[in-house]
Amino acid sequence: MSTNGTNGAVKLTRKDFQTDQEVRWCPGCGDYSILAQVQKVMPELGLSKENIVFISGIGCSSRFPYYMNTYGFHTIHGRAPAIATGVKTANPDLQVWVVTGDGDALSIGGNHFIHALRRNVDLKIVLFNNRIYGLTKGQYSPTSEQGKINKSAPMGTIDYPINPLSLAFAAEATFVGRSMDVDPKHLATMVERLAHHKGSGILEVYQNCNIFNDGAFKGFNERDVKDDRMLYLEHGKPLLFGKNKTQGIRLRGASPEIVTIGENGVTVDDVFVHDENAAEPSLSYILGRMQYPEFPVPMGVFRSVTRPTYEEMLAGQIASAVAKKGPGDLAKLLHSGETWEIS
Amino acid sequence: MSATTLEDLSTSTQLEELESVTIRFAGDSGDGMQVTGGQFTSTSAIIGNDISTLPDFPAEIRAPAGSLPGVSGYQLNFSSRDIRTPGDEPQVLVAMNPAALKVNIKDLEPGGILVVNTDEFTDNNLKKAGYAANPLEDGSLSGFRVFKVAITSLTLKALEGASLPFKLQERCKNFYALGLMYWLYDRPMEPTLKWIEDKFSNKPEVAEANRLVLKAGFNYADTTEIFTTHYRVGKAKIKPGKYRNITGNEATAIGFIAAAQLTGRPLFYGSYPITPASDVLHELSKHKNFGVKTFQAEDEIAAIGAAIGASFAGHIGLTGTSGPGVALKSEAIGLAVMTELPLVILDVQRGGPSTGLPTKTEQADLLQAMFGRNSECPVGIVAPATPGECFQMAIEAVRLATKYMAPVFFLSDGYLANGSEPWEIPALESLPEMKVTFRTETEGFLPYLRDEKTLARPWAIPGTPGLEHRIGGIEKQHLTGNVNYEPENHHFMVKLRAEKIQRMAQDIPELEVFGPAEGKVLVLGWGSTYGSITTAVEQLQEQGHSVASAHLRYLNPFPKNLGEVLKRYEKVIIPELNLGQLCMLIRAQFLVDAVSFGQVKGKPFKVSELVKKIKEYL
Ligand code: SF4
Repeated sequence: MSTNGTNGAVKLTRKDFQTDQEVRWCPGCGDYSILAQVQKVMPELGLSKENIVFISGIGCSSRFPYYMNTYGFHTIHGRAPAIATGVKTANPDLQVWVVTGDGDALSIGGNHFIHALRRNVDLKIVLFNNRIYGLTKGQYSPTSEQGKINKSAPMGTIDYPINPLSLAFAAEATFVGRSMDVDPKHLATMVERLAHHKGSGILEVYQNCNIFNDGAFKGFNERDVKDDRMLYLEHGKPLLFGKNKTQGIRLRGASPEIVTIGENGVTVDDVFVHDENAAEPSLSYILGRMQYPEFPVPMGVFRSVTRPTYEEMLAGQIASAVAKKGPGDLAKLLHSGETWEIS
Repeated sequence: MSATTLEDLSTSTQLEELESVTIRFAGDSGDGMQVTGGQFTSTSAIIGNDISTLPDFPAEIRAPAGSLPGVSGYQLNFSSRDIRTPGDEPQVLVAMNPAALKVNIKDLEPGGILVVNTDEFTDNNLKKAGYAANPLEDGSLSGFRVFKVAITSLTLKALEGASLPFKLQERCKNFYALGLMYWLYDRPMEPTLKWIEDKFSNKPEVAEANRLVLKAGFNYADTTEIFTTHYRVGKAKIKPGKYRNITGNEATAIGFIAAAQLTGRPLFYGSYPITPASDVLHELSKHKNFGVKTFQAEDEIAAIGAAIGASFAGHIGLTGTSGPGVALKSEAIGLAVMTELPLVILDVQRGGPSTGLPTKTEQADLLQAMFGRNSECPVGIVAPATPGECFQMAIEAVRLATKYMAPVFFLSDGYLANGSEPWEIPALESLPEMKVTFRTETEGFLPYLRDEKTLARPWAIPGTPGLEHRIGGIEKQHLTGNVNYEPENHHFMVKLRAEKIQRMAQDIPELEVFGPAEGKVLVLGWGSTYGSITTAVEQLQEQGHSVASAHLRYLNPFPKNLGEVLKRYEKVIIPELNLGQLCMLIRAQFLVDAVSFGQVKGKPFKVSELVKKIKEYL
């Protein structure tokens, strides 16, 4: 059984997780907020630093491991989930984080992203979604909205964007969450939830790239509009939003609709109640697809279920092979099959 | 059932002694030719012949029955002397249908023995094989000794009254052919009877049918006198010891298991199915009780990525593939070079480029292994020379990778992978000492601090308190391993990584020469051409020529004495199953006027082709 390296000795602080490397993101970048929250949550997890590994691909976000005083591996574009799978499988006692971006996880690394989730490897994937390529200076990404004018699409992007959470549900991720850089408190809670989840987890973080895609999310996440344009998911609670929680989401067949409590005979009982533990992800999938301006944008945990992890099952197979055949005996292996003696 | 002895034989047939025989079994891919060939091989090995085999199967899984692309073959050479190749031309061809005849007859030695299954020579099958007239009747086979046997109907007759469904009865016919051949070459049936019993232990009616048919074939040959002579090939003088028959892929798989055991660390194998490497994945996945972790990845890149991750975490990281897969892994190999992690890349080469000839052999990935990455990206390269040697070289690859903290290529090929030979089982004590130690000491730790002798950096695995550090693909600052873009540092680090690989030369054996220490011609080879080269050179030496051969098992770096060996001969000839890749490296590094003899036909060199070529320089 994985212990996730629980140590319980000296209580670590946020400072213990900082490195001496100068942080090189652009001033004002949303990445700073994410780093701060992760460093804040880390000591709360009760793990020793040596049992934590941060693995990233390529992109602005992927510089992350250099700033975490744990083990770290800044790998190659898109491949972090594959490398992390190797690390976790080799040593299930490590807590393994994957830091990735929209281009890294959904474009060049789409295949690894899907398959790491599908296998339910216990990886904590944090996907910084800024809807742009930052490091290469401003090309559209797979999450860029259609029509966006940018360096590689001066007449506007004609690609249809992908919704990372839709993909995560399709790949059977056992934990799916969303948060954003501008809400540190919520972000910290979500990071903590992800950390405690056992299995493949993905946390999408809306992250502002103030250089190449400034204000990508401000249509719904700015202070004065966010109550009406965002919806905080709570397990077992009806989906209500608005300053006074007077609006809600009702399901009509498989389609969500906005209703106002008290109008046309609508009561709270008509509002859809969120169940993050539902075995079947279809309803969470519907929520994951709600976008502004048609709907408020949901934040929080969409799905959290448990099933055996890849590395546990592999360890189980090894244990049962040993139980059945005895621990590997090299001499026996070499002498197996048909042998004969020449004298 | 007693073993066949001279006394049992009908008096009207003669027994003739032969030194070596090459047989090729050929039939439709559904005809069980690989089993037939494999059984003949095991039996021959058990009775003390030296053997060498070459299976040849179609790329299509189920090509239409009776068609030319559906022909599957298995060639073996068995001998009372030391042999190293499956033989150039077969002296005996067993053709189970017209297509098999059509594809293989051009290889049969003039005057050779041809056994055909006449039942399959129907109009329809002749048409599928593209025969306008029946070759059994039009005199076109008059240059061979043709034995026409109605193998299918005789098989069915032998099974009269058996409970097996008709369709399955017919499928026993390969054992009939095997029985005929066992009689013709004076082999005992016991080993195969025992094999049948084990193999079909939960299908007793299939076992019984195969047994009956094998014996029927044997007895038919014994009693009908269709063959007036039968042959005996005596025991070879083989080094005393305990042997088993082994294919290159099996030897590779167990070699890596052994290597991991010797290091004291678990083996992690990341792979994506690809011909002809998949058997290694199958074999390794069977040995979980050795702590082997096999990971069938979503693609080639994930396969190597996971192996690199496992290596970072302290396992023996291995990834296996063939040429097209190596192309996909290139960038990740660069990451392993930059992060200086031990990693072995197994490349079972096949014909290319692109998809090429998936089931055929070639040695054309040498330069890909050497240079196929962006920038200056050196790796170690080893290559086994025979199927059995795959075991030892797998250990060598892991030994060098872990000792020098670097990726090492293991270049096998389709011929080694599927070919087999008797393999002397090594004693455990003879295997090298190569336990790995991880860095645990925090005092003075720097991620890129180096061992003075090997230049290896410390292997400090996650989970080790106080050694938390970050690695990655960005250029490293010398010693600290921090991200660094300074010109002088980059220049230094590029040279240092190259130097580290070159230093492996201090840890590999010197090149040995077969034949005179100096002279006219040196034939230099690498990989699976060993058998044909050595046999050709031996023949020429027996004829009194001044020729030697040397075979490289280490291709990067080369053995320390290679330059000096090359200088001792007037001419260096380099035969390769490519268009001169080793030759290019040798010429560039040693400024010798080496000649390339390159051939890419998807099969090994024939000894006769090599003899002819070498003679041009003698
Ligand atoms: S380019 Fe954008 S995402 Fe990258 S560091 Fe700068 S602000 Fe952040």
